[in-house]
Amino acid sequence: MSFLEFSNVTKTYPGVRALSDVSFGVEKGAVHGLMGENGAGKSTLIKILSGDQHADTGEITIDGKVQAYTSTRDAFDNGVIVIHQELQLVPELTVAENLSLGRFPASAGVIARGRMLEDVGAKLKSAGIDIDMRRKVKTLSIGERQMVEIAKAIMLDARVIALDEPTSSLSSRESEILFALIDRLRGEGKVIIYVSHRLDEVFRLCDSLTVLRDGKLAAHHQSLKDVTRDQIVAEMVGREISDIWGFRPRKAREARLKVDNLSGARLRTPASFEARAGEIVGFFGLIGAGRSELMRLVFGADPRSGGTITVDGKTIAAASPHDAIRAGIVLCSEDRKHDGIIQGRSIEENINISSRRHHTRFGVLNRASEIATAETFIKKLKVRTPSRKQDIVNLSGGNQQKVILGRWLSEQDIRVLIVDEPTRGIDIGAKSEIYELLYQLAEEGMAIVVVSSELPEVMGICDRILVMCGGRISAELARDQFAEKAILAAALPDKKTPDAIAS
Amino acid sequence: MTGQLKKIVLGEQGLVVIFIVAFALVSLLVPNFLTDRNMLGLLQSVVTVGIVACTMMFCLAARDFDLSVGSIVAFAGMVAVMASNASGSILLGLLAAIACGTFVGFINGVVIAKFRINALITTLATMQIVRGLALISSDGRAVGINSPDFYQLALSKLLGIPTPIWVLAILFGIFGFVLNRTVFGKNTLAIGGNPEASRLAGVNVDRTRIWIFALQGFVCGIAGILLASRITSGQPNAAVGLELSVISACVLGGVSLAGGRAAMSGVIVGVLIMGIAENVMNLLNIAAFYQYIVRGVILLLAVLLDNLRSSAFGRR
Repeated sequence: MSFLEFSNVTKTYPGVRALSDVSFGVEKGAVHGLMGENGAGKSTLIKILSGDQHADTGEITIDGKVQAYTSTRDAFDNGVIVIHQELQLVPELTVAENLSLGRFPASAGVIARGRMLEDVGAKLKSAGIDIDMRRKVKTLSIGERQMVEIAKAIMLDARVIALDEPTSSLSSRESEILFALIDRLRGEGKVIIYVSHRLDEVFRLCDSLTVLRDGKLAAHHQSLKDVTRDQIVAEMVGREISDIWGFRPRKAREARLKVDNLSGARLRTPASFEARAGEIVGFFGLIGAGRSELMRLVFGADPRSGGTITVDGKTIAAASPHDAIRAGIVLCSEDRKHDGIIQGRSIEENINISSRRHHTRFGVLNRASEIATAETFIKKLKVRTPSRKQDIVNLSGGNQQKVILGRWLSEQDIRVLIVDEPTRGIDIGAKSEIYELLYQLAEEGMAIVVVSSELPEVMGICDRILVMCGGRISAELARDQFAEKAILAAALPDKKTPDAIAS
Repeated sequence: MTGQLKKIVLGEQGLVVIFIVAFALVSLLVPNFLTDRNMLGLLQSVVTVGIVACTMMFCLAARDFDLSVGSIVAFAGMVAVMASNASGSILLGLLAAIACGTFVGFINGVVIAKFRINALITTLATMQIVRGLALISSDGRAVGINSPDFYQLALSKLLGIPTPIWVLAILFGIFGFVLNRTVFGKNTLAIGGNPEASRLAGVNVDRTRIWIFALQGFVCGIAGILLASRITSGQPNAAVGLELSVISACVLGGVSLAGGRAAMSGVIVGVLIMGIAENVMNLLNIAAFYQYIVRGVILLLAVLLDNLRSSAFGRR
């Protein structure tokens, strides 16, 4: 029996069987990868491990003892710590305070600051984490915050540490620091569960791997020595995917979107670019290079301080998203949860929220057309859901993204589609579906702007790439000029190291 | 058997089921409850709360809050009485009352939506300002109605049912339709679900919120007129604490304070449960002091039930 053992874990949500009969074990001192498409059941498994959810049947044993905890607190006390994508730190408190929260060394209710700093300092040092513990967490970069989360696990003498997509918002240097830390924890005999979409990382870090698909165990590899990438991808998707980009050439026609010297509070340097009908234009750059800020200005999401936007030769006001949509510009934001989905409302309502205005009369809804629209786009975009009435929060990230695309595609006259990180946190199967959709829309004559931090993605699907760096457009390359080196060079600022910008 | 019971009670219509069962029980057990006279009296007693709950539902559904409703109701009642006494025209008085109510609501909306001041604070301020206006306008005294026609608003009957109850029923119908079948209603729910995502989806969030508050003021104007007519005078101290009864009724009816979730049927049931509890306690001669406790307990139980329901269905 392994140190950490999942036995026949099953979990059902209304309308969805999230996990069925999943069993596998992980040894001490191993980093165990957990992969699978969105909706495959990774998050559910992690939630059960963390005590946040309870398995319907099946059990988890650690060191031979059945874990019957009923809350995350229980899991904590049993040495199981999950580090979520959304970090659980108090921004207004210092690093040391965050790390001592709930266990402040105190006498008569007064915190013994000296002792706290000593304790925390010693732990941080032994873990090799180099962060000033007197700083408030709100002043730290996301990478540094992640370190603090891991430090918290170390402070609690965790036996099992699960990391859910830890690198999704880290720069490459921050990721390397994280990997070094994980290696160190492995050396100390911890069990690490590493959830990720990125094959490179899994091969770099993991000793063993479990692949989930549709809530079932698709594969379990004791060792990754003889496993290939293609094999894992096939296990995740259940079929072979040869070329996930599936690029096909298309013809760019007349200019649709012209942006001239656009600037705003968060984008000081005026930016100009254009996108033609039938063309997919990529915007590449490091996090913080100003790509999302530029797109938000084009969409009217942030007030602009200067410049003009022209669609099909007509200058538009775009003082608000409301105006931009009516001029035919739409944006799928990078932060789906905050800027995209409307929690608590159904898929149907999330799709119809904007386009319903074409079907209403005196502000009264046309229910038949709303239902038809929802059904059409659920089918067309292959949204996996038991019903159009399902609350959107119950869908996986990829399916939520499809619903938001459906929201815009149900508009009648979209000329410019801007997608910001369209495939972030989305599995490979859904990715190629989204690319295929973008190609179709381009062929139909839309101008498409793709913002992405993944170089292979922009190089794989775009006709032209604009590179941004430090708030300005630093390079423009046509498809026949695409070269990884040239693009990266344009994305990196001259003097500062890339990480200074990324954080 | 218990599984099925759980399913019914915790289901989407659980509150309605509980209400029907409670109503049947009370009808059987409490003498004089199920009589025409008592039923009409019961409905009359919930008219003010019920009318204001219609728009409070929108407010809460959009993640907002309105504490100023009690003051607006009293102020609108004062305006209605004083304006019709002064002008000799009841119609003019009514229009003035509704205009004043709407204006206060509009100001609430503009301050909250455009100047981004927290709704709780804004309406806490207007609650006091408007109460002050009501007191100043009559020097703190009640103002009697001159024209007997004004009483008729509350006294007149149609098909044996008093006019205020008709008004309440019509407003329930209108706002139920507005919530579920109009762009305004859907936008309200969307804003409550996620305001920023709604804005980025093209919803004119500021305008919708201003409309919600203006409508709230408008409806408070109507409630104020009917209340003044029923008590045959404008009372500057009328409807104190109304905001809490109204919010209680909405929450009892399953409206989420976190926004994004509301149903007219729930609010109607919430209003009626509050009314029945009070009515039954009166019939049983329970002292008014105890009624506060019972109302508080009912509210807590309803919220607990709602919580159970959410976790049973894995909703967030």
